[in-house]
Amino acid sequence: MSALRDASTDPLTRPPQDVVEGAPLASARDLVVRYGGRTVLDRVSIEVRRREVVSLIGPNGAGKTTAVRALLGLIKPDAGVVHHAPGVVVGYVPQRIEPQELLPLTARRFLAMAGRRARADIVAVLDEVGAAPLIDRQLSDVSGGEFRRVLLARALLRNPDLLVLDEPIQQVDFAGQFAMHQLIARLRNRRGCGVLVISHDLHLVLGATDRVVCINGHVCCAGEPEAVSRHPEYISLFGPGVAAALAVYTHDPAHRHDHPIAVAPVKDGSPDAGFEPDRAD
Amino acid sequence: MFDDFFARALAGGIGVALATGPLGCFMVWRRMAYFGDSIAHSALLGVLLGVVLGIDLNGGIILMCVALALLLLLLQQQRRLATDTLLGILAHGTLALGLVGISFLQSVRVDLMTYLFGDILAITGRDLIWIYGGGGAVLVATALIWRPLLAVTVHEELARAEGVRAGLVRIVFTLLIALAVAIAMKIIGLILIVSLLIIPAATARRLARSPEQMALLASTIGAVAVAGGLHGSLAWDTPSGPSIVVAALALFTLCHGGAALASVFFGRVVDSARAEH
Repeated sequence: MSALRDASTDPLTRPPQDVVEGAPLASARDLVVRYGGRTVLDRVSIEVRRREVVSLIGPNGAGKTTAVRALLGLIKPDAGVVHHAPGVVVGYVPQRIEPQELLPLTARRFLAMAGRRARADIVAVLDEVGAAPLIDRQLSDVSGGEFRRVLLARALLRNPDLLVLDEPIQQVDFAGQFAMHQLIARLRNRRGCGVLVISHDLHLVLGATDRVVCINGHVCCAGEPEAVSRHPEYISLFGPGVAAALAVYTHDPAHRHDHPIAVAPVKDGSPDAGFEPDRAD
Repeated sequence: MFDDFFARALAGGIGVALATGPLGCFMVWRRMAYFGDSIAHSALLGVLLGVVLGIDLNGGIILMCVALALLLLLLQQQRRLATDTLLGILAHGTLALGLVGISFLQSVRVDLMTYLFGDILAITGRDLIWIYGGGGAVLVATALIWRPLLAVTVHEELARAEGVRAGLVRIVFTLLIALAVAIAMKIIGLILIVSLLIIPAATARRLARSPEQMALLASTIGAVAVAGGLHGSLAWDTPSGPSIVVAALALFTLCHGGAALASVFFGRVVDSARAEH
């Protein structure tokens, strides 16, 4: 079986040396992905560092999931470079997973697939995501929101350096959403992992995110949440109403075509991937 | 003990059922019934290949089934034709090619009925060695890829993100199906092979709480169906292969019908059926 697992990403076999803080855990540069004749991603760059929460936002069909799948190595981009720091363990929570009714599987068994099987670990991680009572339930019997927690638990069980969440609060009730925000903050602070989250949730984007990358086929803008929320491309994508809800102060939408300026990331250190300095067409 | 043709038939049939139970579960979980059927239909072309190359016919069947399985894996990558269309074309195309090809054979007489519907009562000691050797290999290989195959079956992208080599696992699984088809061919014939894989697994679903339980139950139910079908075939002088399938069908109906009746009388559906809401 071990031959069927990639040793470099298996938490049981990965080398002990830790990832250097500061260098990106995972980065994708100038990704180009085409489906048929259609260009889904056009030179999109993303990177995530340790202890950093990056939100990937954009309208439906913007290529968010495609970008994440390319970053995870699940699809091969037509152009661009994907790099993972050596030994990085990724915990992935996909957007949709259909519980198979034909396959009898308890939550515990599903979690055991992550690689560690000690019951204590599984109990602890289910507790962490508030899904402890589900442990012996058949997956075909849990609700969509409950299943998302189980999925998150499976990602955490791998003790990830990088957590990738695709729409984590879909189907999750309000209390659950709040808990999810707290959980993401806690994961970053306590476990020190980097988090990449695809989300439409403005509270999450504003409250718990260090950096926002807004894409719509290409990177529209990238930077700190407030700065992005004032960015003309962002406003033209989501409309002034949504933008205002997120922005600390509102930007006059009438000016949006006069200021096609990319947002400079305010973070210290090296220039950000995902930042395109001159998108003036 | 194996001097008796009936004892040999029973031993062979049960051996096949035990080996194919877990694979059948994966076929059910992965919705690959028609995929297996297409591979089985190419077996006749494999017989032809064996005759033409002058090798063991089982070897020819395995070669052809493996070739078709790999071709199917490749063709599924394209998007122009839906998978079920593709499977229909290959299943019946290869069967027709096999029938036409065999009609050209002057020197060798091939008993078509044996290949189409199986001839379990004609099993030889050599066949038994073949069944238990090949079947044992299938079981061991299934056990070896069990964890990654299950992970890929539950969610392929998640498994891949966690480092499972999904492509490799899928290829091994496909090869196992091809091998199982070749082994089961003599017992039940290419037309009915998939029923021996699918029906016991579908029956077991009702009773199982875990994937391993379901696999074990599928093997057991398959063995019971073989024993029942063979005895029925002897008692009523019916064709053996189809009798085995009828026995499997009876078990399936009993199991699912029983559960449905229980739900009517006791007001709740037993276990797995809760998923249906």
